[in-house]
Amino acid sequence: MNGVQGYMYPNEIGLIWSVLIVLYPYITGLVAGAFILASLVRVFNVKAVAPTYRLALLTALSFLIVAPLPLQLHLGHPERSPEMYFTPHATSAMAMFGYVYLWYLMAVLVFEIWLDYRKDIVLFSRSTTGWKRILYKIMTLGSDNISERSLAIDHKVSWIVTVVGIPSAFILHGYVGFIFGSIKANPWWNSPLMPVVFIFSAMVSGIAAVMLIYMATTKWRKLPIDMPCVDTIAMYLFYVFILDFSLEMLDLIHRIYEADESFRSLDFMVHTKLFVSQIVLQLIVGTAIPIILLGITQVTKLPAMVRRRIYIIAGCLVQIGIFSMRWNVVIGGQLFSKSFLGYTTYKMAMATKEGLLAAIILSILPFVILAVLVKLLPPWHEEMPGHNVVDSKPQALEV
Amino acid sequence: MSPLKDAGHLFRFAFLFVIAFFAFLIIRHFVVPKSFGQYGHYRANAIGEIAARPVHFAGHDTCETCHADILEAKKTGKHANVNCEACHGPLAKHADDPSVLPPKLDTAVLCIRCHAASAAKPKGFPQVDAEQHSGGLTCETCHKPHNPALVAEGAK
Amino acid sequence: MNINRRHFLVMLPAAAIAWKYVQAGTPEASPNYTMSEHWWSMLIDIPKCIGCGNCVRACAAENDVPDGHFRTWVERYHVTDYDMVNPEVISPDGGKEGFPTVGEDAGKYFFVPKMCNHCVDSPCTQVCPVGATFVTPDGVVLVDQSYCLGCAYCVQACPYGCRYIHPEKKVADKCTLCYHRITKGLTTACVENCPTGARQLCDLKNPNDPIHAFLKTHHVQVLKPQMATGAKVFYNELDGSVR
Repeated sequence: MNGVQGYMYPNEIGLIWSVLIVLYPYITGLVAGAFILASLVRVFNVKAVAPTYRLALLTALSFLIVAPLPLQLHLGHPERSPEMYFTPHATSAMAMFGYVYLWYLMAVLVFEIWLDYRKDIVLFSRSTTGWKRILYKIMTLGSDNISERSLAIDHKVSWIVTVVGIPSAFILHGYVGFIFGSIKANPWWNSPLMPVVFIFSAMVSGIAAVMLIYMATTKWRKLPIDMPCVDTIAMYLFYVFILDFSLEMLDLIHRIYEADESFRSLDFMVHTKLFVSQIVLQLIVGTAIPIILLGITQVTKLPAMVRRRIYIIAGCLVQIGIFSMRWNVVIGGQLFSKSFLGYTTYKMAMATKEGLLAAIILSILPFVILAVLVKLLPPWHEEMPGHNVVDSKPQALEV
Repeated sequence: MSPLKDAGHLFRFAFLFVIAFFAFLIIRHFVVPKSFGQYGHYRANAIGEIAARPVHFAGHDTCETCHADILEAKKTGKHANVNCEACHGPLAKHADDPSVLPPKLDTAVLCIRCHAASAAKPKGFPQVDAEQHSGGLTCETCHKPHNPALVAEGAK
Repeated sequence: MNINRRHFLVMLPAAAIAWKYVQAGTPEASPNYTMSEHWWSMLIDIPKCIGCGNCVRACAAENDVPDGHFRTWVERYHVTDYDMVNPEVISPDGGKEGFPTVGEDAGKYFFVPKMCNHCVDSPCTQVCPVGATFVTPDGVVLVDQSYCLGCAYCVQACPYGCRYIHPEKKVADKCTLCYHRITKGLTTACVENCPTGARQLCDLKNPNDPIHAFLKTHHVQVLKPQMATGAKVFYNELDGSVR
C-alpha cells in the first residue's frame, strides 16, 4: 500500500525532506572543503598547492552562492525566511543558518577573495572599459591604493581571516551535522559524531572537487598539470579520507555493538532500502575503492599519467560517495518508522520544485557561476596584469 | 607615516558592515510583529488568533438547553454518556440557527461502527454480529438510539 | 443588531455554558479566560477504547484536517504471548472508519489513540528556527501558521509522529488540543465525541479535576518516557509493546 511495509505512523508515510535537503549539505560541504584546501596555502604555508589557492576560493564562493537555493525551494514559505534573521530562536540549530551563512559569505570568503584580488581589481578598473570598468570600480570600494604597504597589510589581514575562516567553515558545515545529530527522536541521526563526520566528509569532497576542477581547467587551458600540486592535494585527500572513514566506522561499530531498540529496524533498512546507496555507492564505490586507489599512489611510485588518471577516478568516486552519504543520512532517516515497525518509500518527483530536475539544475549552477567568476577574477597568474603576493609558478610536466 | 593611511580600504570594507548592521536594525524594528516576545519566543497574538477559530461541534451542553426531553430519555440508559454529536455529527451551525437541520442518520452504518463484534474490542463492551443478531433488520427496529434498552411490545 | 429570537437562542447556550462554569467554581472559563489558571493535559483510558474512530472523524470535522494527514489517530495492537518487541500494528486511514473486525480470539488486542502529547519540554518547540511553534502559558503546544516557514524541522523532531505539513497551507500543523474550544469552556472535539469516555480532557491546575484522583489510583504511563519530553497525555494501562 503506497510503498509502506509494516507500520508507519500515519503522518510519517510521505517524506518531507527531499533530495534538495540532500543537496544542501553536499554543497556546503564542498564550500568548507574547498576553503580548507585554500587555508593549507594561506595558514599552513603548503606552497605546493598554491596554484589552486584562488581557484579553491572561487569554487567555494560559487557553491556558497547556490547553497541557500535548495533550502528556499524546500520551504513552504520562502518569503518568510528573513524571520530567521529577525527572530532567530536561540535553541534551534537551524536558526543559526542565516547568521553563519552571512558571516561566512561576507566576513570570510568575500573578504578573503577581495583581499587577495584587490590589486588585480584596481588594475582591471584602470584597464577595462564599459560596464566591466564600472563593476571593477565598485569592487574597489573607491580605494585606489595598491602600494606595497597596503598589499602587505592585506596579506597579514588575509592570514587572520583564514585563521578565523577555518572554524567558521567548520561551523558552516558542522551545524548541519548538528541539526541532524541533535534530534533525539530519530536514532539514525542522533549521534554526537554526526557533526564531526559531516565535517570530515565535507573536507574529503571539497578537496577532491577542487583537485578535479583544477585538473579540468588546466587541461581546458591546454597547460601542463602541476604534478607536485596535485600529488600534495591527493596526499591530504588520502589522510583526511582515512580520518573520515575511521569516524564512520566508529559510528557503525558502535551501533552494531550496542544494538539498542532501533538497531534491528535500521539494520534491516540498510540491507534492503539503502543497499544500493549505502553499501554499494557509499561504502564500496565511494569509500573503499578511492581509498585503495589513493593508497596505492601514496605507497608506490607510479608515472605521472597513471597518477593523474587515478586522481581523476578517485576524485569522481569520492563525489559519488559523499553525495550518497548525505542521501543515506537525510533520506535514510525518513524511510523507517519511529515506531521501528515499518518502512516507507521515497517517491522522488521529477519536475516539481523539489524534484530531480531542480536538484540537477542546482548542481550545475555553481559551475556556471564559477565560469563567470573565473572570467571576472581570473585565478591564473599568467593572465594577471601584475604579480600577486601569493608566490606560485607552474611546474614543468613530470615524466 | 600613519599606518592607517594604507589600510583605508579595510575601513571602507568594514563600513559596509556598519551600514548593513544599522539597516538591519531599522528594518527589524518595523518588521518584527509587535506582540512577539510577550510570553516567550513567539508571536503572542497567535494565541488569540487560534482561540478565535470557528467551532463546529456545539457540545452536548448546548444541545441540552433546547432538547431537554432527549436528555431525560438518555439519562437512564446505556447511552447516557454518549454525547449528541457523537452520532449526530457537528451541529454548531444548527445551534446558531435551528432552522438549519442536521442530516438524517443511517443507523445501519452508525450503530455498526461501535457495536460490530470484533475480538479486538474490549470483552465487556456490547457487540454483536449484525447478521446473526437481527438477520438484516435495522437496529432501530428494536432499539431506540437515545435509550437503547429493549422495550416490551406496545409499551412507550 | 436587534435582539431577535434567533439571536436569543444563540446567546442562551453561551450563557448556559458560562453559567455552568460559574457554578463549577471556575468563572474564568469562557468567555473570560485566564491562561495562567490552566495547565491542560489529556487522559486516555486504553481499556475503554473500542476503536470506533469517532475521535478521528470528529477532529477532522472540527479542525478541517486534510485527507491523509492526522491530528489524532488510533492504532490497533495485536500482541501474541511474550513478544513485546514485534506487535502487529495497524491504523487504516488513521482509524478514521474504524477497524476491520477480528474473528478469532488469537492473542491480545487493544486500541491506542494517539495525538500530540503537548510536551512540557517539547522537542518540536526547541528546534523551530523562528519561534513559530511554542508552548502557551496554559500548557498547549501551538503553531503560529502565519509565522511558520514550513521548514518541517519540527516534524522531524517530534518523537511521536504527530505533526505534518499542511498540503495547502504549506505550514506545520498538528493537534491544538482544540484550543479554540477549551478556552470557551467546551471540551475538545475528540473528547466530546468519544462514546465510551476513553478520552478525557484534564486541567491539572484545577484541584477539582478528576485526573488527580485517577492518577492516585491507576497505573498510568506516557509514550516514550525515555525521551524525557514531559508529555502530558497520560495513558491508563498502556501495554509495554506500544511504540
